[in-house]
Amino acid sequence: MPPRDTLPDTLPKLLVATAHQYGHRKIAVREKTFGIWQSHTWADYLEQVRTLTLGFAALQVQREDTVALIGDNRPPLYWALLAAESLGAIPVALYQDSIDREVKHVLGHSDARVVVAEDQEQVDKLLQVKGDLPKLEHIVYVDPKGMRHYRQPYLLPLTRLQELGREYGRTAAGLFEEAVAKGTPDDTAIIAYTSGTTGEPKGAMLSHRNLLSNARSFLQVEAVRETDEVMAYLPMAWVGDFYFSVVLSLLTGYAVNCPEDPATIMRDLREIGPTFFLSPPRIWEGILTNNHVKIEDADWLKRRVGQFFLDIGQRVAHHALLREPVPWTLRLLYALGEFLVYGPIRDQIGLGKVRLAYTGGAALGPEVFQFYRALGINYKQIYGLTECGALATYQPDTDVRPETVGRPLPAVELRVSEAGEVLIRGPSVFVGYYKNPTATEAAVPDGWLHTGDAGFIDRDGHLVIIDRVRDVSTLADGTRFAPQYLENKLKFSPFIREAVAVGRDRPYVTALLNIDLEAVGNWAERHGIGHTGYMDLSQKPEVHTLVGDEVARVNRALASDLQTKGLFIKKFLILHKELDPDDAEITRTRKVRRGVVVEKYADLVEALYSDADHARVTTTITYEDGRQAQIESSVRIRDMALLAERVG
Amino acid sequence: MNDRTRGRAGGGCMTDQADGRPFLKVEGVSKSFGGVRALSEIELEVNRGEIRAIIGPNGAGKTTLINLISRVYPPDRGRITFAGRDITRVPTHRIASVGIGRTFQNVALFRGMTVLDNLMLGRHPLMRPGIFSSGIYWGLAQKKEVEHRARVEWIIDFLEITHIRKTLVAALPLGLQKRVELGRALAGEPTLLLLDEPMAGMNVEEKEDMVRFIFDINEELDKTIVLIEHDMGVVMDISQRVSALDFGVKIAEGTPDEVRANPAVIEAYLGTAAQQASR
Repeated sequence: MPPRDTLPDTLPKLLVATAHQYGHRKIAVREKTFGIWQSHTWADYLEQVRTLTLGFAALQVQREDTVALIGDNRPPLYWALLAAESLGAIPVALYQDSIDREVKHVLGHSDARVVVAEDQEQVDKLLQVKGDLPKLEHIVYVDPKGMRHYRQPYLLPLTRLQELGREYGRTAAGLFEEAVAKGTPDDTAIIAYTSGTTGEPKGAMLSHRNLLSNARSFLQVEAVRETDEVMAYLPMAWVGDFYFSVVLSLLTGYAVNCPEDPATIMRDLREIGPTFFLSPPRIWEGILTNNHVKIEDADWLKRRVGQFFLDIGQRVAHHALLREPVPWTLRLLYALGEFLVYGPIRDQIGLGKVRLAYTGGAALGPEVFQFYRALGINYKQIYGLTECGALATYQPDTDVRPETVGRPLPAVELRVSEAGEVLIRGPSVFVGYYKNPTATEAAVPDGWLHTGDAGFIDRDGHLVIIDRVRDVSTLADGTRFAPQYLENKLKFSPFIREAVAVGRDRPYVTALLNIDLEAVGNWAERHGIGHTGYMDLSQKPEVHTLVGDEVARVNRALASDLQTKGLFIKKFLILHKELDPDDAEITRTRKVRRGVVVEKYADLVEALYSDADHARVTTTITYEDGRQAQIESSVRIRDMALLAERVG
Repeated sequence: MNDRTRGRAGGGCMTDQADGRPFLKVEGVSKSFGGVRALSEIELEVNRGEIRAIIGPNGAGKTTLINLISRVYPPDRGRITFAGRDITRVPTHRIASVGIGRTFQNVALFRGMTVLDNLMLGRHPLMRPGIFSSGIYWGLAQKKEVEHRARVEWIIDFLEITHIRKTLVAALPLGLQKRVELGRALAGEPTLLLLDEPMAGMNVEEKEDMVRFIFDINEELDKTIVLIEHDMGVVMDISQRVSALDFGVKIAEGTPDEVRANPAVIEAYLGTAAQQASR
């Protein structure tokens, strides 16, 4: 390793160094196309970035211009991203499932001059809003399929951009190297639009220094290796993907694998067998639900064996997490379970080789955590936010706990304010929000980044996150109420997909739920309950009984938990539609926008605090093409006290 | 249907073959089943690169015509020429090699096989190595197998069925099965595709997808397409020329608008279908 002061200080410089170190000897990126994993070495990677850099130069992209990217995780999009940075331009990635309005907002706000789009679907969206974006000059598309009738002069295929780059390279030799050398660590490396659970997205500017100091700090404490394999499957617009698929890969040289199609991720995962894996909780919860469905579908013997050993695993994991000795009978059974259950499940979910598995990006219920630890996966929580260069805390292998998010990274200074808000300081705290000094001032008023998360640091120096500051409140009688904690307990149930807990200044706690269509649908099928779709299934009385049992289980857990003393979900209802990012009820990273939901379904919330046993509801829904329609329906309300009486 | 596909159909290509002869020519073809006259004296000319729709009420003889062209059974009278060659007496099992591929009204895939295997099977007419070398997967057989697989993968990607590559056909919904069947027909590298009600039983979204694939196949892969379709909206949108049959007789032919305005066609479609046809 070179001495510290000569370490590359921008991502393009780092790319050049890494490519020279590995050349054609090591794979940098794989992508599955035509059923085969196609590989690109580090030397190829550099060559691709160089060509695209020259291509952008030929399009007159200047330093400080923004270049936007939209699409699934594809190697050319990553190359374009680094090519923009090489020229000193600033890349902005958009969520691939953004609707026209969101695309227009981000492109307009970021002043993008060039957009690189994956395919016809994305180009169509861009053409819809092109008229409102006077600064947008070029749209480059990667996949030419279906594009033969597009005649717009500002459209060009990626291959044409590459040609332009090669031609330009002949007249301007050395331009790439010069441009890269001009980069400084304080240049903006990326603008990450945070999906934000309130209001329009804000563009957080992260410099090369922010990202590299953070990632180098992470590598000091976690044993990431150049031989690791990583899946690039999370939205490119999310800083977590950029951090894992670009920054850490450039630093360590590990290989990044792009799946064939969003629909094939689980199979591709299994083929690759990643060793280093990050996922937000919703994916971990999804795998859990899937697993539950498969166990329920198995025959009697398999089901019993599976459940027995999963229980054993839970008990062993519980002992291990409390750092207690594990009784030898349990150890023996665990060894047998490894052979019969844990190993095969790990293999089925594609995590047979994983050394480091992380959950981050949102809060996770302890039950989900325990489940993966029980399978023998080195499953850990990390905590961070876009504005602090991705990560803030980690859990050391020897000190993993379900209820905390771990200790601060070496480069991160962390404290909790008087008001109970988590504050962060250090070289990785972001530059500011693009064109939004007011928001920047609000986020970093005094040199400390105000995260908006309420938490505390426990006796061992671990950070515990309670909820968003603005969501922590009290019931009418003064009982402290943090909705997220309850919601995660609810979401642990395979039948409950989303939950919104309400209780601020109210006499009791209620919940608005979304059922998991796959798990409940499967359950309904096995019990001979016919249904047509989500809306129909969600209002079946049998489903209410099923979900009621789950809520009762959560209530029992709440009663025995010191953190939630005095809390009890008195009533719940199952929403008649799934929360949808297109309706702005949930963010693109699948975090519930509590405020929006409570406001939008105000009538339902009021009904939960009345004596009604059902509520009528009219909703406006937005179709994928932006059209709107009204749906009217009736939603049942369940009172847990009545349910308990009936059962009792 | 969205505006774009509509626009594309309007500007469709009508390239004649270099020698001016039609690509597919059906001359005076008749077919009876026992006492039932299914087709009588049918004349049909399809140019290279065309999308031709065949419409008509139930029992008009549309499927019979497709079956005659694909040589499921022989005509009683008449002649069928394809790409300058008389195929009236070509045996059924040779028709795929001649360059004609087809799909069926009721999906006729191997339900117990995966999507991939069904498509590989579609390559069969192009497979040359003999029993021996194929049996031990050696030499040319191996090399060819890889080439066939590469082509099949290309089709899988083209038709966007990557996620079901290794799924058994029986487990797929009808919309996807129809797409797989189209893939199998494409796998044989036909120059003429006969599609028997490619959109039957599909919902609006699946139909839109199918229309897009038919366009792509016609334009990007340069295939001539003859299709039977009931959904008049679809027919009007995608085909350059329409031939209408009724009781085994061709009653009209021309552009979609001409055929729609034709009194004989309106007559044939009397009842609810008449409203549909004049939509």
